[in-house]
Amino acid sequence: MSGDVRHLYVHLPFCAHRCGYCDFVTVVGRRGQHTAYVDAVLAELELERGLLASELETIFLGGGTPTFTEPGELARLLEALPAAGEVTVEANPETVTPELARLLHRSGVTRVSIGAQSFTPHLLETLERRAGPDAVRAAVYALRDAGFDNISLDLIYGVPGQSAADLERDLSAALALEPEHLSCYELEAKPGTRFARAHGAELARQSESMESYFERVVTRLVGAGYRWYETANFCRAPERAGGHDLRARHNLAYWWGRDYLGLGIGAVSTVGGKRWRNAPRLPAYLAALERGEGPAREVERLTAELKIRERVMLGLRLDEPLALGALEGALDPEGVERLERLGLAVRDADGGRETLALTSRGRFLGDGATALAIA
Amino acid sequence: MDQGHIRNFSIIAHIDHGKSTLADRILQLTETVSAREMREQVLDTMELERERGITIKAQAVRVAWKGHQLNLIDTPGHVDFTYEVSRSLQACEGAVLVVDAAQGIEAQTLANAYLAIENDLEIVPVVNKIDLPQADPDGTAAELAELIGERPDRVLRISAKTGEGVEAVLDAIVERVPPPTGDPGAPPRALIFDSSYDQYRGVVAFVRVVDGSFRTRERLRAMAQGTRFEAEELGFFSPTMRAADTLDAGEVGYVITGLKDVSKLRVGDTLTSEERPAAEPLPGYKDVKPMVFAGLFPTDSDDYPELRDALERLKLNDAALFYEPETSQALGFGFRCGFLGLLHMEIVRERLEREFDLDLLVTAPNVAYRVKPPNGELVEVHTPSEMPNEVEEVEEPYIKASVIVPKEYVGTVMELNNDRRGRFDQLEYLSEERVHLTYELPLAEIVLDYYDHLKSRTRGYASFDYDLIGFRPGNLVRVDVLVGGEPVDALSLIIHRDSAYERGRALVERLREEIPRQMFDVAIQAAIGSRVIARETVKARRKDVLAKCYGGDITRKRKLLEKQKAGKRRMKQVGMVEVPQEAFLAVLNLGNGDKR
Repeated sequence: MSGDVRHLYVHLPFCAHRCGYCDFVTVVGRRGQHTAYVDAVLAELELERGLLASELETIFLGGGTPTFTEPGELARLLEALPAAGEVTVEANPETVTPELARLLHRSGVTRVSIGAQSFTPHLLETLERRAGPDAVRAAVYALRDAGFDNISLDLIYGVPGQSAADLERDLSAALALEPEHLSCYELEAKPGTRFARAHGAELARQSESMESYFERVVTRLVGAGYRWYETANFCRAPERAGGHDLRARHNLAYWWGRDYLGLGIGAVSTVGGKRWRNAPRLPAYLAALERGEGPAREVERLTAELKIRERVMLGLRLDEPLALGALEGALDPEGVERLERLGLAVRDADGGRETLALTSRGRFLGDGATALAIA
Repeated sequence: MDQGHIRNFSIIAHIDHGKSTLADRILQLTETVSAREMREQVLDTMELERERGITIKAQAVRVAWKGHQLNLIDTPGHVDFTYEVSRSLQACEGAVLVVDAAQGIEAQTLANAYLAIENDLEIVPVVNKIDLPQADPDGTAAELAELIGERPDRVLRISAKTGEGVEAVLDAIVERVPPPTGDPGAPPRALIFDSSYDQYRGVVAFVRVVDGSFRTRERLRAMAQGTRFEAEELGFFSPTMRAADTLDAGEVGYVITGLKDVSKLRVGDTLTSEERPAAEPLPGYKDVKPMVFAGLFPTDSDDYPELRDALERLKLNDAALFYEPETSQALGFGFRCGFLGLLHMEIVRERLEREFDLDLLVTAPNVAYRVKPPNGELVEVHTPSEMPNEVEEVEEPYIKASVIVPKEYVGTVMELNNDRRGRFDQLEYLSEERVHLTYELPLAEIVLDYYDHLKSRTRGYASFDYDLIGFRPGNLVRVDVLVGGEPVDALSLIIHRDSAYERGRALVERLREEIPRQMFDVAIQAAIGSRVIARETVKARRKDVLAKCYGGDITRKRKLLEKQKAGKRRMKQVGMVEVPQEAFLAVLNLGNGDKR
């Protein structure tokens, strides 16, 4: 018997070092446990297999640093996972050797997302990143040599001490590598992180002077022929990619409100009216699955009303207009009208199909605009 | 008792000059209160007769001294109640004027002394606190004698604290204060000099019988207002309530009326009997009108019914309090309230917050204006938003302000008064050191922060009192505050044209600091009619979006959105602009004299 879920996330928490700004579920060191962890993830997959459709559309290996996982174990995991049209692996530049690149390609990975973050040494230092600018380039070349034609780079902007010129240089360096896809995130001082303690006040102080950085990123990348298809995501436009849609299909599934299954510690799944998060502690996770039990989970019920609110919230992050239909009930008509008057949103009736989309100015103000649009 | 053996008097004094202590000593000396029951400020703190359910304070107390009946009548202590004070004094033939030997004469001493003189009272001058090391009994006695035109050796010197000289005060009351001279055989007339509300017995009136006599169960009528009722009980306080069959000419006591509304029995009105009514009421009745107005809004709009109930209950005991519902687009539902003056406003506000536990937003107070639109009739306006755009003439209330200061502060006080559009009236030396200044000032100039400025400029030495003297025309304009082009009704103000620019500037600058950046530029303007006199802009936000949102972030993201949405709901909407309530509070505080 098979289910409907077509998107699978696998969390690989191991890292060589925990960066100060990171609030993901990560595990430093513990090389001896990679085998046990892969076993546990595969055991969890068996427990949940009934939820998965017979054919998967996407798989995403996130971390942590998935490519920090023992190569043999990583390969074993990839071999054991079901097949999918898009298989993405996150990688830190310094881990991407030519051997690893070939291993990934051999194991069915179609897409690699490299955590470059910056090409400016002093900013990388602030971010506590180990790889220098050259390591990023080397990683990209290794992946290209291995045959990858879909590479994404992650960049972080708004780093303490980052000038506008620093930002432009980072963008130039990234564009020079001609990635198919770019994700650009503003640095957040998430509460409780080491980084928030060390740099939180500084970030708050500079927030006004760096207010324009997001606009700079978008202007520069769109000018270079990239499609700004989601708030923080850009892909080479189809006309410059042989007509290919290079959007990250796995992430699109989140933004379209599709169901997804997450495996591993801290991983989140949403299936039907239920969302759950696996408990983040590694030993308890390993022990439970060794006993043949599912891991401890935090479960959240999603009512139909919550789901359509989420659909609006996520859908408005995209450049393609959001088809309303059943979502109409989640909107505040007065708020939407106000957004339209301010030139922040456009309602359209395309062949009888009602849609709502934020204008580009509206997308820069996405959180406020969404709060206004939603009932 | 025959009138020849009755003496009716008040004790008048500036605050803290020893009025309550002297009253305590008198009650003790006349054995009205036993040594066992004696404690400080006995009249203010006395346990009331619970078994009869009465919860009001004695406004007059009867004591016996050497074969005489002495009625000590209490007076309200502050400037807003000048009219009530004058009614209390009208019930007396004499007044003990108490001055602190270390402080000398203060503005309130003067105001009270003048009121007593106006009411033809015999003044018994007393210098108190002669036991204090810094006391100057001779200097103070000389000032006091000069003030009331009396010989210095007739000024009594006492220490109410130790009791020294208090017997002499009682003797002087008997000797110097004339007995009442009403006609015991005439149709009865009694002056209502105070009233209280008790939830079980209704309105209790404090009266001074002038002519004739009143009997329990008699049908009575308040002559000015025409209110009719039966006297359920007559009596007096000594110091507890004592019922009596009659109250006769010259006597002071209470009447329990059973009326449920204090506004039906106003201070200053005359009681007479229905059966044998007097032809004329006693002179001096005035319908007191509120002069200072402010909007009172609950901080939490859910508290509106509580505020309405609280005002209703306060009004039971405060006939001068005026209120009517007011709706402000910025502040929601509330009340426009009228007060006799600033202190009255403070008292009401404090009682609402303390006794009724309400969180209030109070708009900057304004005075009553008389406005004449072109080709129209003169109308009274209580709130700036009622002021028409085009006016032919605006009149505002004026006061005569009386300030007493050590002479080195005369310059700074005159400067302050000139800044406040004051017109100099008189300067008079009370002694070599102390000067009495009188000015005519618009009431509007003192309702905001005049008193604070006066105190800080004179290091607290100035004392201040005022009297309303009527309406006069002024060059007044209405300044509106516009946020995103929309006027914010609660922030409009009426102001003299010369100060409009400066005040408008201050308002918009403060608002700019308080209004968070929005998704568009927000213009904040101050305008007179269609002319903008000050402008600031809150620049639009350029970015308001958290970058990352994947499968694991959705719940957190949705919760943040709900929070943002809830935040928006707490905002007040002015046109398209979301303004936090705190912004209005900050600006209103600016209006209330907050100098940042």
